Amino acid sequence: MTFELTGASRRDFIQASASAAGLMLTFSIAPKAGAADAGVKPLNAFVRVAPDGVVTIMAKNPEIGQGIKTSLPMIIAEELDVPWEMVRIEQADNDPKTYGRQFAGGSMATPLHWDDHRRVGAVARAMLIQAAALAWNCPAGECVTDKGMVIHVATKRRATYGALAAQCSAVTMPDPKTVALKDPKDYRIIGKATPQYDTAKIVSGQPLFGIDVKRPGMLYATYEKAPVFAAKVAACDLDAARAVKGVRGAFVVDGGTALDGLLPGVAVVGDSWWAARKGRKQLATKWAEHPTSQQSSAGFAKRAAELAAGAPQMVTRHDGDVDAALKGAAKTVKAAYAYPFIAHVPMEPQNCTAEYKDGKLEIWAPTQNPESGRQLVARTLGLQPDDITIHMTRCGGGFGRRLSNDYMVEAAWIAREAKAPVKLLWTREDDLHHDFYRPAGFHFFEGGVDAAGNIVAWKNHFVTFGDAPDKPASSAGMSASEFPARFIPNYQLGMSAMPLGVPTGPLRAPGSNALAFVMQSFIDELAEAANADPIAFRLKLLGDQQMVGGSGGYNAERMRGVVKAVAEMSGWGKTKLAARSGMGTAFHFSHMGYFAEVVQAHVAADGQVKVDKVWVAADVGRQIVNPSGAMNQVQGAVIDGLSAALFQKVTIENGAAVQANFDVYPLLRMADAPPVEVRFLKTDYPPTGLGEPALPPAIPALANAIHAATGVRLRELPIDTSLLKA
Amino acid sequence: MAYRLNVNGKVLTADVDDDTPLLWTLRDTLGITGPKFGCGVAQCGACTVHIDGAPMRSCSVPVSAIPAGAKIVTIEGMAADPVGRKVQAAWSELDVAQCGYCQPGQIMSATALLKAKPRPSDADIDAAMSGNICRCATYNRIRAAIKQASGQPVEA
Ligand code: FES
Ligand code: FES
Repeated sequence: MTFELTGASRRDFIQASASAAGLMLTFSIAPKAGAADAGVKPLNAFVRVAPDGVVTIMAKNPEIGQGIKTSLPMIIAEELDVPWEMVRIEQADNDPKTYGRQFAGGSMATPLHWDDHRRVGAVARAMLIQAAALAWNCPAGECVTDKGMVIHVATKRRATYGALAAQCSAVTMPDPKTVALKDPKDYRIIGKATPQYDTAKIVSGQPLFGIDVKRPGMLYATYEKAPVFAAKVAACDLDAARAVKGVRGAFVVDGGTALDGLLPGVAVVGDSWWAARKGRKQLATKWAEHPTSQQSSAGFAKRAAELAAGAPQMVTRHDGDVDAALKGAAKTVKAAYAYPFIAHVPMEPQNCTAEYKDGKLEIWAPTQNPESGRQLVARTLGLQPDDITIHMTRCGGGFGRRLSNDYMVEAAWIAREAKAPVKLLWTREDDLHHDFYRPAGFHFFEGGVDAAGNIVAWKNHFVTFGDAPDKPASSAGMSASEFPARFIPNYQLGMSAMPLGVPTGPLRAPGSNALAFVMQSFIDELAEAANADPIAFRLKLLGDQQMVGGSGGYNAERMRGVVKAVAEMSGWGKTKLAARSGMGTAFHFSHMGYFAEVVQAHVAADGQVKVDKVWVAADVGRQIVNPSGAMNQVQGAVIDGLSAALFQKVTIENGAAVQANFDVYPLLRMADAPPVEVRFLKTDYPPTGLGEPALPPAIPALANAIHAATGVRLRELPIDTSLLKA
Repeated sequence: MAYRLNVNGKVLTADVDDDTPLLWTLRDTLGITGPKFGCGVAQCGACTVHIDGAPMRSCSVPVSAIPAGAKIVTIEGMAADPVGRKVQAAWSELDVAQCGYCQPGQIMSATALLKAKPRPSDADIDAAMSGNICRCATYNRIRAAIKQASGQPVEA
């Protein structure tokens, strides 16, 4: 089972966490039993201090390239007041009893842990001060800390953390809720650009990733599943596979029918992965007929148009009287938008190493969601969760794909069957054919503007996937308060759903990565109808209120702030551009971050698009934890969005994904990557996450720039350059 | 059969089938895991190594196709290479990586570029790096790091 932090459930979760902030830690802070090794004193579950003063800080969450293994320990180190050079970071195993929920998703780690990680560091620092005060027989209040030392101000006595740590067993841990925190103006680590902790290993190619795991006696596995999701094995030639040199075993796995569980397939295990793969090529597997084998992208589009011709199956929001407002509007626009299934394709193909011995299972996995993997493995193999240990490796990318642990349960099953440690590795073709895709979607709009250039009516019939509009497939839903709801007096959202046999799931900025494109493109169409400048039109739409929708709603003031900033940064309306060049803008609120972007693009006579530059104005609160990582995330997310807009599409035919590798599923490369200029506004709000919210506006900003350059309105992704010829 | 391969200045023996790609010979047989697997079809560059100085996609070079005595250098060999060291230093200083998985391949391509063109232009960078995908899209910093390693001004 995957969890998903989108729409209403995500907001509830944030609110629940936010109300707990400062009052409750999301984990137990007590030192883990047995965590001490020779002379190294655990001050709490996150911090150990060695006699030489080296401080080891546990990184609780999975590292997928978002930099969390560096930035969360930075927060602890800051309050502990230890120099960064003295810090060593250790990746925690999956251990929810100690660390609470350990996951990489929803850009949640910074908002969830900004407060509690400061308290973890502050508590450890307070204990070291108390230990010094005890030794010096002075009040703790007379001591300060500086660079890994406690100092008694009056006598100038000083002692290193390393010397004091052993004496901390004599002091009681102060209450994390009330421990004093630093004044941000005294920060020396938070806010300072800090290279990722693993940098030296990354640039020298040392083993870090799941694919690099090696166990004594380990075999290598490959697993073949049906192109049509969950179809069963009808026939295969196991003997032919076994006859290949180096193959040590081949067997059928019955599997189940849940798309996020262990699916039916054939495993081939060998002395090397190459041998296993050669064996697999001999299988000649035949697959059983499956009820979803008729589904196709073309069929979905046809069915969506049919559904759009009728009334929506469900109206999920209706403010005012949208039909009357459309009749009374000065101008109306009708438009149909569509976006395809797309795949996550993290750079490191799915893999997992598992070792089963005496009823216990040990797993090494690149995963974004280890505990849900452990539960899945326990259920499927009939084990107790406590008999399963999961070590988290660095992940070669995540993007939401590794929230699902299908490859983990496969590795576990194959290892138990093979009676040896096994590293399962998927091919890229396996990855593209067995993703939890960003769902496709179809939006049928009608909108109207009045003579003064206000949007007076907005009607959207969203055709999506699922058993019913209120039971959407994973990441295929849409909140009734999705922008521009609440900003337009006459607003209607209707939804219809189509059944789907293709697994879907959250992909970086789930929901938003598609919805921003349709909303911000259609807003541009209405701006054009109103003969208005796209920035001025948007500011007018955002109105003059601060909060729209009450507390926890949409902070229109913060959004106006980034829109104005990006207009200024990009020289909006002031830059003379060449023929067939244009600027486009878009904004989007997601993952608690406010982002506005401007894309400048040129379209050649043959329709090829060149993005010259992107400007980003971001508001994620008052404090950027690691400015280096923050910049990298924003630049990467923007280019990721452009890549999706320009190239990405998974086509479903006969119930299966067509594209198999990067030759037919291109990703943006160096020559197409524009410079991305970023400004963080630093408003007085709590810090929030950056893995996702920069992505959504990049896509409509590009589509709007192309419209400015060519007059062609792009209503379907990916961008079809044949429509753009001069 | 047993192949004698000169990898990072050492002669190693690997007993593998003729059609085994160099990538899998390095990773699974010789335990040299710096070169990464990303696609297996010469599309992503994660597996890039130098063979006699030329950047090659090791996933698509069968071990039997490597000329006898050819010098194979992987990311693990960059510390012993003056240009490679400069490139690694620039990568570290500019904190190029996100997930880091593509970066060994990027560094191998960038090092080959700088050996051929010590002061590459933007167009040179586009051409030489076009075979390496970065799914995390760290391209702005890859470009900056190549400029820094070649002593050219770096735009922020
Ligand atoms: S793995 Fe060799 S180019 Fe992708
Ligand atoms: S840093 Fe993740 S693929 Fe390049």
